[in-house]
Amino acid sequence: MADQKVISRQTGVEDSQYKWGFELDIESDVAPKGLNEDIVRFISAKKKEPEWLLEWRLKAFRHWTDQGDEAAPKWAQVNFEEIDFQDIIYYAAPKSGDDAPKSLDEVDPELLEAFDKLGIPLEEQKKLSGVAVDAVLDSVSVATTYQDMLKEAGVIFCPISEAVQKYPELVQKYLGSVVPYSDNFYATLNSAVFSDGSFCYVPPGVRCPIELMTYFRINVADSGQFERTLIIADEGSYVSYLEGCTAPMRKSHQLHAAVVELVALKDAEIKYSTLQNWYPGDKNGEGGVFNFVTKRGAARGENSKISWTQVETGSAITWKYPSVILQGDNSVGEFYSVALVNNYQQADTGTKMIHVGKNTKSTIIAKGISAGKAENTYRGQVSILPGADNARNFTQCDSLLIGDECGAHTVPYIEVRNPTAQMGHEATTSKVNDDQLFYLQQRGIDLEESNYMIINGFCRGIFKELPFEFAMEASQLLRVSLEGTVG
Amino acid sequence: MQDTITIADQYQEDFQDLCATLPEWSSEFRNEAMLIFKQIGLPVHRKGNEKWKYTSARPIAEPQYSLATFEEVDLDTIKKAAPWHDSWLNVVFVNGQYQGTFSSDTSPAIQVSNIASDDFPQDIVESIGGIMDYSDDGFAAWNSAFMSDGSIISVPDGENSGLVINLIFFNQGVPGTVNHPRVLVTSGKKSSVNVIENYVGGGEDNTLTNSVSEIYVGEGSTVNHYRLMSETDHTYDVGYGRVKIGTGGRFNSRAFFRGSGIGRYDLNVLVDGENASCDLQGLYFTSGNQHMDNFINIDHLKPHCQSNLFYKGILDGKSRAVFGGTVLVRKEAQKTDSIQSDKNLILSPDAEVDSKPALFIYADDVKCAHGATAGNIDADTVFYMRSRGVDLETASRLIIYGFAGEVIDKVEIEELRAYLEEAFLTSLPSHRFEF
Amino acid sequence: MSKSDKLIEVKDLRVSVEETEILKGINLSIHEGEVHAIMGPNGSGKSTLANVIAGRPGYSVTGGDIVYKGQSLLEVEPEIRARSGIFLAFQYPVELPGVRTWQFLKSAIDAVRKENGEDELSVREFDQLLEEKRNLVEMDPDLVKRSVNEGFSGGEKKRNEILQLALLDPSLALLDETDSGLDIDALRIVSHGVNVFKSPEKSVLIVTHYQRILDYITPDFVHVLVDGRIVRSGDSKLALELEEKGYEWVRESVGEEVNS
Ligand SMILES: Nc1ncnc2c1ncn2[C@@H]1O[C@H](COP(=O)(O)OP(=O)(O)O)[C@@H](O)[C@H]1O
Ligand SMILES: [Mg+2]
Repeated sequence: MADQKVISRQTGVEDSQYKWGFELDIESDVAPKGLNEDIVRFISAKKKEPEWLLEWRLKAFRHWTDQGDEAAPKWAQVNFEEIDFQDIIYYAAPKSGDDAPKSLDEVDPELLEAFDKLGIPLEEQKKLSGVAVDAVLDSVSVATTYQDMLKEAGVIFCPISEAVQKYPELVQKYLGSVVPYSDNFYATLNSAVFSDGSFCYVPPGVRCPIELMTYFRINVADSGQFERTLIIADEGSYVSYLEGCTAPMRKSHQLHAAVVELVALKDAEIKYSTLQNWYPGDKNGEGGVFNFVTKRGAARGENSKISWTQVETGSAITWKYPSVILQGDNSVGEFYSVALVNNYQQADTGTKMIHVGKNTKSTIIAKGISAGKAENTYRGQVSILPGADNARNFTQCDSLLIGDECGAHTVPYIEVRNPTAQMGHEATTSKVNDDQLFYLQQRGIDLEESNYMIINGFCRGIFKELPFEFAMEASQLLRVSLEGTVG
Repeated sequence: MQDTITIADQYQEDFQDLCATLPEWSSEFRNEAMLIFKQIGLPVHRKGNEKWKYTSARPIAEPQYSLATFEEVDLDTIKKAAPWHDSWLNVVFVNGQYQGTFSSDTSPAIQVSNIASDDFPQDIVESIGGIMDYSDDGFAAWNSAFMSDGSIISVPDGENSGLVINLIFFNQGVPGTVNHPRVLVTSGKKSSVNVIENYVGGGEDNTLTNSVSEIYVGEGSTVNHYRLMSETDHTYDVGYGRVKIGTGGRFNSRAFFRGSGIGRYDLNVLVDGENASCDLQGLYFTSGNQHMDNFINIDHLKPHCQSNLFYKGILDGKSRAVFGGTVLVRKEAQKTDSIQSDKNLILSPDAEVDSKPALFIYADDVKCAHGATAGNIDADTVFYMRSRGVDLETASRLIIYGFAGEVIDKVEIEELRAYLEEAFLTSLPSHRFEF
Repeated sequence: MSKSDKLIEVKDLRVSVEETEILKGINLSIHEGEVHAIMGPNGSGKSTLANVIAGRPGYSVTGGDIVYKGQSLLEVEPEIRARSGIFLAFQYPVELPGVRTWQFLKSAIDAVRKENGEDELSVREFDQLLEEKRNLVEMDPDLVKRSVNEGFSGGEKKRNEILQLALLDPSLALLDETDSGLDIDALRIVSHGVNVFKSPEKSVLIVTHYQRILDYITPDFVHVLVDGRIVRSGDSKLALELEEKGYEWVRESVGEEVNS
């Protein structure tokens, strides 16, 4: 079992429910708090970026400044104190990351040890066989494994800062092409200050031989994390990409405003899986990560497919709608989600499926679990545009409530502008069924375990969409997150 | 927000004139409402406004309206425009003004009085505005400031004669006029009553009907409420229904919409007593350039209650329909059983439907579900019928009739059902499909 | 036979559901090795009795006691009752979407073993045991891979109950209408499963509507439950008599008893 723990290895923090909450001891290269043009230039300079990218960042920064803080989205069903954007550190790199390591041998051994503690053994490839890992600590990518195997297949998988240097045409062509810098408040902020993230390009006809994984961790206190991920699957290619996240326990909130862009060309498929376990705050709602993320995929080519699977158990607040723009005829979009909130967590998450092309198909299966005093909202939009003849959507949202102090909300937006479309939305909200609980208890299984089994069953359909190790991991996360919710 | 302030200011003079002619009891109420109306104006800004997300109030707000006055009309015209039965208690308003000569004598059992009259029953003055919160709603504030004629229906305890009260608000379509009808219904303990509200008429130029109805469903009583809207493509119709159901009460609503330029029905039901229930069903058929927005909220405040929200739409031409349904189950409302569904049949490539069936749940021991569908006629069904020898046109007509009939069939007043079948079903298109 | 120990004793048990009294003073003793049958018309309270013994929430015991292995059960959690050897084959087995049968069965068996101070079964040991028991009830191996009872036919669900009986090997089996809805082959298989389970240390309480299953599993005692009361007890001949004369006959004779 221990071998399968990818991001949730226990760390010896015994007195806490959050088992990933130790602070790594690495001297970081930290920018001063606050945001202005100089900081944007500082980040760009640190990364030795070309002029066009600096210009792009500055455009985003100016847009962000012009629209003011009022532009922050307010429609989500979440409550939090206003964020002071001048009280955040926008760049924090581990010192050794200044010159990106060429191989694992060059990686700071202390860092390797730190990742090992987290259950991300960058050295012991055996433990994560078949998974290439890009580890992003605070704002900087620290190691990417399995480079040789990927190179052989022609797959580019590297930190985006490295891609900017090595493959500028690809980055310039696709960066901002799915999520423009002006898209929304947090995406604009990200465009101005993003520091690193993963870049992946799969050439035509290539089936990426291994799973790709990026592992994110916020470490420095008061720092924000603004990573940017860009994945391009060229014609007829396939890639499966995994993302895992943790953060240490902090009294104050940390902001995570990432942008992920996916592009699938003709006949290409991208499968994107997330296990989000940022620090959720303590029992009283103190601390925890604000996870305000923009994720969007463009199923640009005919017969292309983009599939999002997410298991969201962490963060104090989650604001996130992984979406698919179904542009290509016959393209397919999928969204599978489990969102679990406990204590004072708040999640407002869901998806958007925008049907543009003909015969496009989307499926949305969302499972929400609320416990403690937490609030969980599914918010999803399905738009069928006039040209999307014979578009199909099926949406199923189910919510479970544990205890009577939490909330479960479902807010779908269905916009249909084509008579040949067929769309159906179903949703249910209930508590764990008493008859099911009794049946399990009658077989000698205790209440907490019975509850876990039923909820795990409730999420099964989603977990099975995850790669095997991640599915095991997701079940584990679920169990830990549910601890103490019954009885 | 500049423009919204101007909107209210345009009506200051009218307001003063009106206050001079109306009964004293209402002036404090009106002044308060006018103040709010001036502060908030009409909801013309849509950004971040979830209540008006898919409907722009701007075309409604832009013209300057004058208060409608009565002009000559004969009863037959009115009878043609709305359902009518001599056994009903028919109450007629023309351009917002009560017409005693056209209306039935009031029933001894059920008190039906007129807001503008002086013999207004003082004991229910309190109820007016009691559940119509206009603090963030310009149209409702506007109505509250300007309501002139309307009906106060007060059903005594135990009254069960099955009386049908048919309120007809007939709009003559005098260009550029607005009228603000107001209805108040209170049903006594263990009583039952049927109320039909008709908003009909209109002409070739823009007019606005801006109505508010408040309905108190008493302990163990049943109110069967019908709302019919059938106006021309040039009318704007903004209507509010505010309902509060007491312990063991039942509110059944059947709403039928057959046209207006921009129509909006904002219905809010407080399920505020144990074992209370509501069953809200609606049918909208839009065509041409029409726009219909149903904004329905059910608020469960007490345990052991049921609600059913079931709306269906048929869309043709370049029309647009909006459905915003929200079921809120508060923490105290354990054992709530709630179902919500919105089904849309889209017949034309230029029509558009926006549906937002939302659930907000704060109690754990509940059973809540919602569903929404949108699409064309099911090809398999058509094929099945054709394989039995039914031709394509008949098959599609049968399916569309069946779709609409599901709501019409539930109308219990026989004469009204017959009227709706005639008015609705015969106007439905039949052969739109190419398979 | 009566020399054996008393396994369970139901003493003047009164049970209500939402103010309505359903069991109105039940007395019943079952010794080790005995097979009892409870018969009675629909709605007489048979399932209520079985459920209350197993500790199903939602019933209030308003009087009397249930003593099992010398201790009162009334305050004991259902899973603890299960681990101490009480098994209920449900009249309507519950579907558990997404919960894999294999996982469920293993959790159940490990819970009992843990209670008895035994180690959890290894996957291989468990698979062997499962295979053996599955053959006993002739259950389709595919069913074990699916979610518990989800989409199972009525007969498959009942067989799954007997499979669990065989795996968990309890002291007291309460079979609530396990025979209903079974065709003759399935009935034979289910009965075989119960007969294999039967031993001098094990007791069985069969709740049934029909005499049919009693052709396969011979009861030592038969009780007739009408309107929340045991109105008649006897040996296996009583079942035949009931079958012949119908429940009206007992009802009438109850009337006579009350009148006389
Ligand atoms: N959970 C329950 N809620 C309400 N009534 C119940 C419940 N359980 C049983 N009853 C009622 O108790 C009576 C006995 O039911 P049951 O024990 O199922 O009878 P049997 O198994 O003999 O057919 C019936 O009238 C039934 O409706
Ligand atoms: Mg029974």
